[in-house]
Amino acid sequence: MHITDILVTGEPIIYGAMVSMALVGIALLFILTYFKKWKWLWSEWLTTVDHKKIGVMYILSALLMLFRGGVDAMMMRVQLAFPDLGFLNSQHYNEIFTTHGTIMIIFMAMPFLIGLMNIIVPLQIGARDFAFPYLNALSFWSFFFGMALFNISFVIGGSPDAGWTSYTPLSGAAMSPGPGQNFYLMGLQLSGIGTLATGINLMVTILKMRAPGMKLFHMPIFTWSTLVTCFIIVFAFPILTVALALLTIDRIFGAQFFTLTGEGLPMMWANLFWMWGHPEVYIVILPAFGIFSEVIATFAKKRLFGYNVMVWSMIVIALLSFLVWVHHFFTMGAGAFVNSVFSVSTMLIAVPTGVKIFNWLATLYKSKIEFTVPMLWSLAFIPSFILGGVTGVMLGMAAADYQFHNSYFLIAHFHYVLIAGTVFACFAGLVFWYPKMFGHKMNERLGKWAFWLFFFGFHVCFFPQYFLGLDGMPRRLFITNVAEWLPLNVISTVGAFGMGLGFIVFVYNVYYSFRYSARETTGDSWNGNGRTLEWATTTPVPYYNFATVPYVDEIDPYIRMKEEGKTTFEEDKVKPIHMPSYTGQPFIMMAFLGLASFGLVFEWMYVAVFGLIGAVFMMIRRSFDYDDGYYVPVEEIKRTEKKARGL
Amino acid sequence: MKAKHLRNRWLGLLPLGLILFLSGCGQLEMTVLDPKGPVAQSQYDLIVYSLWFMLGIIVVVFALFAYMLIKYRENRPGRKESDYDPNLHGNTTIEVIWTVIPFIIVILLSIPTVTTLFDLEKAPEPAAGEEEKEPLVVYATTADWKWFFSYPEQDIETVNYLHIPTDRPIEFRLSSADSMSALWIPALGGQKYNMAGMMTKLYLQADEEGVYDGRNSNFNGEGFAAQTFKVHAESEEDFNTWAEEINNEAPELTAERYDELLAPGLTDKQSYSSTHLDYVKHHTREDMGYVVDKYREQFKEKLHLYEIEKQESFQ
Repeated sequence: MHITDILVTGEPIIYGAMVSMALVGIALLFILTYFKKWKWLWSEWLTTVDHKKIGVMYILSALLMLFRGGVDAMMMRVQLAFPDLGFLNSQHYNEIFTTHGTIMIIFMAMPFLIGLMNIIVPLQIGARDFAFPYLNALSFWSFFFGMALFNISFVIGGSPDAGWTSYTPLSGAAMSPGPGQNFYLMGLQLSGIGTLATGINLMVTILKMRAPGMKLFHMPIFTWSTLVTCFIIVFAFPILTVALALLTIDRIFGAQFFTLTGEGLPMMWANLFWMWGHPEVYIVILPAFGIFSEVIATFAKKRLFGYNVMVWSMIVIALLSFLVWVHHFFTMGAGAFVNSVFSVSTMLIAVPTGVKIFNWLATLYKSKIEFTVPMLWSLAFIPSFILGGVTGVMLGMAAADYQFHNSYFLIAHFHYVLIAGTVFACFAGLVFWYPKMFGHKMNERLGKWAFWLFFFGFHVCFFPQYFLGLDGMPRRLFITNVAEWLPLNVISTVGAFGMGLGFIVFVYNVYYSFRYSARETTGDSWNGNGRTLEWATTTPVPYYNFATVPYVDEIDPYIRMKEEGKTTFEEDKVKPIHMPSYTGQPFIMMAFLGLASFGLVFEWMYVAVFGLIGAVFMMIRRSFDYDDGYYVPVEEIKRTEKKARGL
Repeated sequence: MKAKHLRNRWLGLLPLGLILFLSGCGQLEMTVLDPKGPVAQSQYDLIVYSLWFMLGIIVVVFALFAYMLIKYRENRPGRKESDYDPNLHGNTTIEVIWTVIPFIIVILLSIPTVTTLFDLEKAPEPAAGEEEKEPLVVYATTADWKWFFSYPEQDIETVNYLHIPTDRPIEFRLSSADSMSALWIPALGGQKYNMAGMMTKLYLQADEEGVYDGRNSNFNGEGFAAQTFKVHAESEEDFNTWAEEINNEAPELTAERYDELLAPGLTDKQSYSSTHLDYVKHHTREDMGYVVDKYREQFKEKLHLYEIEKQESFQ
């Protein structure tokens, strides 16, 4: 086989990307070698099982993917605003919107939120790590190698081009030959293992490792949202795993599950995909709701309104999320009765969601609102999300959906809920907990610039798209060939670049704050307004999190702790702490599985079998691994705490 | 704190701007909001009905939101001690109210949705005072990336364009030779999928004569953007004249010719004086793999599509 059979050739944009990737790679190798950081990289990061470090790696990967998915978006917007430029051809555009959608959902939104959960949830419930720290590292590396596999597709082998929904029969072997679609299947399958494992891991952590006295209805709302999300993950992800496996078997081994030949059932894919896909939407929105609740309560300096109702509405949303999948294809002709049932179940979701909106508004009532950057993101969420929510109800009305379906009206709707919901929450959460993670805040002035650019860019970009949809512009159209659609597309592109600018300012702010922000001296970073246990730890958080775990019997326990002068370091109660050892096994095991997946993508069975044997060998090794971790001696804990607390 | 004041003013303008934007766009006559037949009309009515509720919700939430931000910002001049109650965390009455009202809205939206859904399964009712007409049956079949319209009654078939009589329901029988697609003529009504191995029915009707745009709205690969067609809605007489003309003048659609047309790729408009319906039945389980089996190799070739036909506006 010749190298040009594998490398994507003939596209100047892709050559450019190859060159820049090679340069960045060389620069990284050089920096690591020059500053002798290889050992540090291995022993501090690649082998870590510390939930805080794993969370940081998740968030860094997610930001990288936000960049990649964002570049995809910019390229699409340029093509649609300047159709005469001949910038992208149909095939290239199809690949780009496919990778944009897949990356933003699977490799950006989920890992970003999982990263925040990783860092914050154990701190909020008074735990010293996850229930299964080894498994947590395994999850991260499976996500990481899945992401890497999916991302190399555009230089090696060609990107998938059947949309992020990958509908059969289009995505089957007959109509999408070649490795592109296999990258989608194997990338998602590999990272899906990690997501499922994280779901189980966090669920056990929350159910079994809460601070003494902390009942479920004492948990911080972000932890609650994580718990509900974990249940959705555990019930929904196996469906995706099975669907991906069946399609993989179709494509690589010639089965006929979703094919047009051999009595296949192509429409079964759409059903399986959305039976996972709709709950997936709530996997990325419920944690966002949790983040907004935390931020709003903190900067309103007021207890969250209707805590119990907030929790129950999340549970109801989670249950309903499994009962609405048909609304993604009302137009499949299932008949009036089926569509009526799913129409009503879809609209019912608006009730608990509406209740949550009113609860946030009521939290602001008789509060003291402080407009910090995380608060700005959270407040901007409310009116923006409402616009996405009401159009969601309109889409849920099946008879009207026949006109909205597959149009830009739909595109505008889901960007309104996913950006105003999930992306705003990611920014809000990251800025809010940034001092906990890195020991300094992000600069407020730059943060506000980033926020306003992104906020206005977002509305300018997506609001016009509702009207493009009503004017009959379908989604996934590679060229604006109708003159009437052009002006709104140009406006939309301007907005997209506004968002891009906002992101650049945000990233610059990371650098700027690292250089110039004041270092945190207390753990309660936001003017002492912290309400929950994560703020009771010192900054930086010691690797064992809590020297002594406080007794908790209420919501917002840290407020009373502050009143009573209690801390998470009660010197006379310190006992040796049991901690897990770092290990390189998860990294190596997942690298083998990544290799196996890569082999399967190109149907090189020797590579695949070699990778699988390697992974199984690593699993066997793990089974005979008797490392039970170690104990942190009392002396070391006292020394660390005294230094951090300046005692 | 200048930025904050600015923000409040902006927020007050948002709902107003929204209404202006909506009314402004109404004059652009967006296709979906400018129905040309009873099906599109019923969907338009439903959309407008729902829009009132949505606007109401938006106004209420935006107003409450603006009120909270203005009144309860931390350093508003003249804040009173009673404006802060950090432990306020519930009020059963108001919580019941804001749960029940959305519930009622959902019920009010569900009723017309369900009745419209059942209506759309049947041919549209004739307008008051007009006699009921038998629907005209048109088989609309897609193959990557073109449209075949077969008229069994007239025994003709067209490729990539459609003629229909006005004031008569059209019963589209949708199927696909290969990938899943969807028939969408926004001026006449909503879409439905074309799927190989099965047949879906879609009723549409034009009340006004004119040329409307139709397309495949469901992404199905490289030629997707070019899979469009014009709908010529004309009086019953004109339609019959046209059909007769095609029947007399156009060539017959032979099995060989049809097979050639099925190969993945783009084609021009064409007319034939017979239909393909006797050769292949794409909607049956037996024939659903017909094209894939025959053209497996051609699916591997790329179109390298950089541009497609331009048009001024979209009806």
